[in-house]
Amino acid sequence: MSCDVIMPQMGESIFEGTITKWLKVPGEKVKRDEPLFEISTDKVDSEIPAPASGILREIRFQEGDTVEINTVVAVIDDGEPQQIKLEEKKPQSTKENITINLKSSGDQGTKNPRSSPLVKRLAKEEGIDLNEVEGSGLGGRITKADIMNYLSERENIAQITRPLVQQAQQKMEIPTRVLSEDKIVPMSAMRLNIAEHMVGSKGAAAHVTTVFEVDMTSVVKIKIKEANEFYHREGIKLSFTPFFVKAVANTLIEYPVMNASIKGNDIIYKKDINIGLAVALTEGLIVPVIFHANQQSLRELARSTADIANRAREKKLNPQEVQGGTFTITNPGIFGSLFGTPIINQPQVAILCVGAINKRPVVINDAIAIRSMAYLSLTFDHRLIDGSIADGFMSSLKKNLELWGNEIN
Amino acid sequence: MSTVTYVEAIRDGLREEMLRDQNVFVLGEDVGVYGGAFKVTEGFLSEFGEQRVVDTPLSESAIVGAAIGAALMGMKPVAEMQFADFISCAFDQITNFAAKCRYRWGAGVPLVIRGPSGGGIHGGPFHSQNPEMYFVHTPGLKIVAPSTAYDAKGLIKSAIRDEDPVLYFEHKFLYRRIKEELPTKEYLVPIGSADIKRSGKDISVITYGAMVHNALEAAEVLAQDGIDLEVVDLRTLVPLDKEKVLQSVKKTNKAILLHEDVRTGGFAGELAAIIAEEAFEYLDGPLMRITAPDTPVPFSPPLEKFFLPKTSDVIRVARYLAAY
Repeated sequence: MSCDVIMPQMGESIFEGTITKWLKVPGEKVKRDEPLFEISTDKVDSEIPAPASGILREIRFQEGDTVEINTVVAVIDDGEPQQIKLEEKKPQSTKENITINLKSSGDQGTKNPRSSPLVKRLAKEEGIDLNEVEGSGLGGRITKADIMNYLSERENIAQITRPLVQQAQQKMEIPTRVLSEDKIVPMSAMRLNIAEHMVGSKGAAAHVTTVFEVDMTSVVKIKIKEANEFYHREGIKLSFTPFFVKAVANTLIEYPVMNASIKGNDIIYKKDINIGLAVALTEGLIVPVIFHANQQSLRELARSTADIANRAREKKLNPQEVQGGTFTITNPGIFGSLFGTPIINQPQVAILCVGAINKRPVVINDAIAIRSMAYLSLTFDHRLIDGSIADGFMSSLKKNLELWGNEIN
Repeated sequence: MSTVTYVEAIRDGLREEMLRDQNVFVLGEDVGVYGGAFKVTEGFLSEFGEQRVVDTPLSESAIVGAAIGAALMGMKPVAEMQFADFISCAFDQITNFAAKCRYRWGAGVPLVIRGPSGGGIHGGPFHSQNPEMYFVHTPGLKIVAPSTAYDAKGLIKSAIRDEDPVLYFEHKFLYRRIKEELPTKEYLVPIGSADIKRSGKDISVITYGAMVHNALEAAEVLAQDGIDLEVVDLRTLVPLDKEKVLQSVKKTNKAILLHEDVRTGGFAGELAAIIAEEAFEYLDGPLMRITAPDTPVPFSPPLEKFFLPKTSDVIRVARYLAAY
C-alpha cells in the first residue's frame, strides 16, 4: 500500500509551505517518524517526519517549491505491489505536419530534457532546473514560451505572498546590470518573509529610536558569581539574556502601553507579557517567544531562553512558539554592535536593542571608575508612544538593571 | 505623391540621375531605339540623345568592358543586361576588373549593372535566373535587390551615385505587378540597409526580391492563427545589414530564410551560418530555408510553378516552426 506524504499545516493561518530540503531520495528506505524533509513557512521552519515506514517511491515537488497545505509532496511505498499508471501521450499537432525527423536527444524527466540554445541560456541565467519545466513543443520540447511561463509563475508566487516587497521595489526601480561573472541566487522563503515583514513594518509604524546608557556592573557581578553553580545545577550556561528579559518584563508591568498593539483606531493593551528573542540563524533570523515572562523567575527564564535559542538553531521550534509575542528584544551586542535602530516586530509597538557590554571609564560622584557599560536602544511606534513615555520606560528599565539585587532567584 | 509601377519607378530614378549629372549614361542591347526590352528606357533616346543612350552589339563582355573603361575615365555608366541570365558572359570583366580595380590600382569603378532577374513569367532556364550569388561571392562588388517601387527608385539613384561597382538586380516579375504611391520630392534608399517590411514577434522571415511579397501574404494568413511574422527585406545583399538581421532573430528567436534563388550556395546558407555563429543562444528553433530546388528554371508552366517558392510554402514552414 502506498502512503501519501502531505504538506502539513503549521499554524491556523498558514496555508502553504516551501520545501527547503529533502532528507531522503527516491528509492531510499525511510522509517516512520524519521525526518523526511524540511519546510519553511511564514511562521516557522520545521523538519517533517515520515508518516510511515517503507521505501520513498517518488518526490513530486523539488526543493524551493511552494505548495498548498495538504498537497501530496511525496509517496512512500510500504512494500505492497502498486498499479502502474500509464503516462498520457502528449497531443499531436493538429496542423499539417512536416515530416522532419525529430531525434530525441533527451527525454523529459531525465537529466537532459529537449529544449534549445535559447531555453538553455535562459535556464542558466534564471537558475531554473529544466527538469521542472513542462515542455509543450514538438516531442515534449521545452520552448521559449514554456520557460517564460515558468518564470512568470515563479514571479507570481513571490508576488502574491510578498506584495509589500514588490510594491517597495517598484517605487525604487534602479535596474542593475547582471554581468556574466555575477551569481544569481533566488531568495529563500525565509529571506522573502523577512524582507516582507521589514518593509511592511517600516511602512506601517512611525519608527523613532531612543538610546540609553546602562551600568551593567551589578548584573555582571551576579552573573560571574552565580555562573559556575548555575551550570552545575541546571546544566546550562548563564547568559545575560534572562537578566534583560526579567528587567524588561518588570518594566512592562509599569508601562503597559509598551506591551500593546494598534488595531485600527483602538489600542489593545495585552494582558500577557510574552517577550520575543531574536535569534540569528545562518540563513536568516527567527523570533521565538518566552510566554508569561513576568511570571518566571530568573532561573526559570534562564532555562527557557537557553532552550528556545537552541531549538531555534536546530529548527525544532513549534509554530506556536513564534507567534503571540508582545515585545521583542534583539541582542546584536553579541556581535559587537554598540547600539542600533531596530525595526519593530509587528504587531508590537516597541523593540529593545541590547548593545555590547564593555568596560568603560565613567564618572561617578566626580571620580572616574571602570564600569561595565551597555547602550540600550529602544525603537518605538510614535503613533502610540510619545518620547516622554518611551524615555520613562527606558529610565525605569535602566534602574531595574543597575539596581539588581545580590541574588538570583 | 504619384502612383507608379515598379518598372516606372526604376525609369524615373534613372531619368532623375541623368538629368542631375551629365556624366550618367546608359548602354545595353536595345536600350535606345527600342526603349529597352522591358521599356525601362522608353523615351530616353529622344530626351538625352545618342551620346548618352547607347545601343550596343550583342556582347555582354563588351558592354561591361566598355562601361568599366568609361567609369575609369570619370563617367557614370549604367549598363543593362537585357536579362540577368546573360551576365555570365561578362563574368570575367565584372569579377576580375570591376571588382578588383580599386584594390589593385587604387582606381574606383563607379559602374552600375542592371539585370532583370527572376522567374514566374514562363521565361525558361535562360531568362529566369537569379545570378546574384556568383557576385556575392566576389569581394569588391555591391549587390542590391529591391522589392518595392519605393526601394527600386531609391536604390537605383544610390547605386548611380556610388563610387563602386553596383549590381542592381531588379525583379522582372514585379515590373508591372506592383503599383505604389511614391513621394514626388527626391529621396534615396541607402545601400547596405535592410528594411522591416512587417514587424512581428514570433518568427523572422529574412528575404529579398519578389519573395518579400510571398512572405507578407503568408503573414496575413498566419496572423489569423495567432502566428506573428516579422518580414525583414534585405534590400542589399552586399554589404549585408547584419545588425538588423541579428536584431530581428534575437527578438523572435526563430527564423525562416527565404529566396527565389536555388538552394545550394544560395544566400540563405550564408545567413544561416551568420545567425548560428552570432546568435546561437537566441535560437529557439532550427533555421529553416525556403528556396527553389537545385535545378534550372523550368519552362513548363506547372513545373515552374512547382519550382518557385510559394506563399503556401512560407505558411507551412512557419506553422511547423511555431509549433516546434
